[in-house]
Amino acid sequence: MASAASDTARFGPSRSTGEAIFQAACLGAATMLLVTLGGVVVSLAIGGWPAFAEFGLGFLTSSEWNPVTEVYGAAGPIVGTLITAFLALVMALPLALGVAVFLVEFCPRTIAQPVAIAVELLAGIPSIVYGMWGLFVLAPWFAEHVQLPLIMEAEPGSWQESLFSGIPNGANIFTASVILAIMILPYMAAVFRELFMTVPAQLREAAYGLGCTPFEVVRSVIIPYVRRGVVGVVMLGLGRALGETMAVTFIIGNAHGFPDSIFASGSTIASTIANEFAEATSDMHSAALVALGLVLFFITFGVLAIARALLGGQKY
Amino acid sequence: MFKKFAGAIGAAVILASTASAAMAGAISGAGATFPAPLYAKWAEVYKASTGIGLNYQAIGSGGGIKQIKAKTVDFGASDKPLKPEELAASGLYQFPTVMGGVVPIVNLPGVQPGQLKLSGALLADIFMGRVLKWNDPRIVALNKGVKLPPLPITVVHRSDGSGTSFLFTSYLAMKNPTWASKVGASDAVSWPTGIGGKGNDGVSAFVKQTMGSIGYVEYAYAKQNKASFVLLQNKAGKFVAPAAANFAAAAAGAQWAKAPGNYVLLLDQPGVQSWPITGASFILVYRNQADAAAGASVLKFFDWAYKAGDATAAQLDYVALPAPVKALVRKQWLANVKAGGKPVYVAR
Repeated sequence: MASAASDTARFGPSRSTGEAIFQAACLGAATMLLVTLGGVVVSLAIGGWPAFAEFGLGFLTSSEWNPVTEVYGAAGPIVGTLITAFLALVMALPLALGVAVFLVEFCPRTIAQPVAIAVELLAGIPSIVYGMWGLFVLAPWFAEHVQLPLIMEAEPGSWQESLFSGIPNGANIFTASVILAIMILPYMAAVFRELFMTVPAQLREAAYGLGCTPFEVVRSVIIPYVRRGVVGVVMLGLGRALGETMAVTFIIGNAHGFPDSIFASGSTIASTIANEFAEATSDMHSAALVALGLVLFFITFGVLAIARALLGGQKY
Repeated sequence: MFKKFAGAIGAAVILASTASAAMAGAISGAGATFPAPLYAKWAEVYKASTGIGLNYQAIGSGGGIKQIKAKTVDFGASDKPLKPEELAASGLYQFPTVMGGVVPIVNLPGVQPGQLKLSGALLADIFMGRVLKWNDPRIVALNKGVKLPPLPITVVHRSDGSGTSFLFTSYLAMKNPTWASKVGASDAVSWPTGIGGKGNDGVSAFVKQTMGSIGYVEYAYAKQNKASFVLLQNKAGKFVAPAAANFAAAAAGAQWAKAPGNYVLLLDQPGVQSWPITGASFILVYRNQADAAAGASVLKFFDWAYKAGDATAAQLDYVALPAPVKALVRKQWLANVKAGGKPVYVAR
């Protein structure tokens, strides 16, 4: 009796009305998101249609991008987008795991908190700052200390020579991936850390009690416990790496062609759009850029779907 | 449909950003990034003396053309003049405001600024990847007495669409038929070789970082960064340095009065002093103004800038238009910018 009375007080005159409103609000929020997503796809498809109609499948397979003759093929940026995002993830994932494990398992309490906050602050730096840093600091250093030695070391005609060839100024696909990795790292590390904190203390203590080493605890208890969450982290990182624009534009070298080595200049879909949208005066040029946007949308969607399928299929 | 949608969003953004200024009777404009610092400085001085502000969005020449066509601003600004037929089709009129030059810059150890000489045709071949090393016989032939290293040439160009690229590629197309047929002239082209930097900063950073590289930037940018500029051969066959006097010389020979729609490219002009890659920045307004007061305030602002803005322009390394060109433009306003059949502004 007493609890029913307090329920009425808490939820207003009729509990079912409040529930209904709440349910409708949640439904509305979820629907709005889907409608917005659908609207984006539809408007991108309509805006990009002239390009697809003109070039057909060639838009995806050709790497000739020429605003003067109005021939647009997006293979270069598409490949560049996939390579940089993949390389960035490969570099950032182990680092993010390492940072998070260190913070949760090994780091003394007194410095764990400041370090965690610093990691999260990294995530708040605007991407243009990363781009400028990449252009003025990382690229020259990389050119002098990594790229030039590797090129000089490589024997003429060897596979190393073709892999490392490129203009020795540090603006290439590889350094763009490094910048991307640095940019997605704090996000991933911060979420990993939160995930690891959700592992029940009893579970961990029990494992230690059985005589496990810290490595065994991480490998056999913590990682399996948060496996599902890892999917989310990978998606977060990949999603950002695929769509990141400003930083990449500064450091990737912006060549439209097909990249032929990891130190070659390239471009990504996002950087191409950023570079050309403001000055695209012809209708076909804008249509081609909007079509690129649609391609990016589907790539992001596809890659994330694959990531979920690969990682999310397993049960813990 | 998408274009309308995009236009509406653009309009909303511009409206939102200019709303407060518009209430104070401010002039709104958008476009070219090259004259933006000068327009900002002019606006500051103008506001102090008249109380009327100018809200200028530096969104690029292409953006300026789009915004004036969408009628979201009082004037558009572009470094790339519109062709007379395009002006007629959209009911627009254009006039020049200020000039600048495009300057090739290099990073060559042992070569001082202004020491390297190049011709237009050779410059085009370099940017097409047909000349691969700095000690190529063609470069050596022009530069007797200069020690040229056997470095490979790295070409650096703009990655973003730009009026600077338009002037540069137009010049190369004029001087080299192969460039004209293979690459062409536009604010964004399919560059045959090299890497792209974003903006003048991007190009100049890549040139600074890459030994043996050659790029091109706005004069003001090259001067302020003390970049190693190149001497170019002009129409008279002389090798000239980029300098304000040489841009003015290029403008002096231009036939503004005979150019329909003020479509003038100051490229490869006659005269022993003329710098070959000179360009003017343009303002676009409607011939038939819907709002006479708004149209008048635009012309009044630029009339003031013609009269009182030259010193400011020089300070910022821009080059003012020659007096006869200014007088010509003032006269054109009477016949070309009207509301209800009457000129919106009479310059005194």
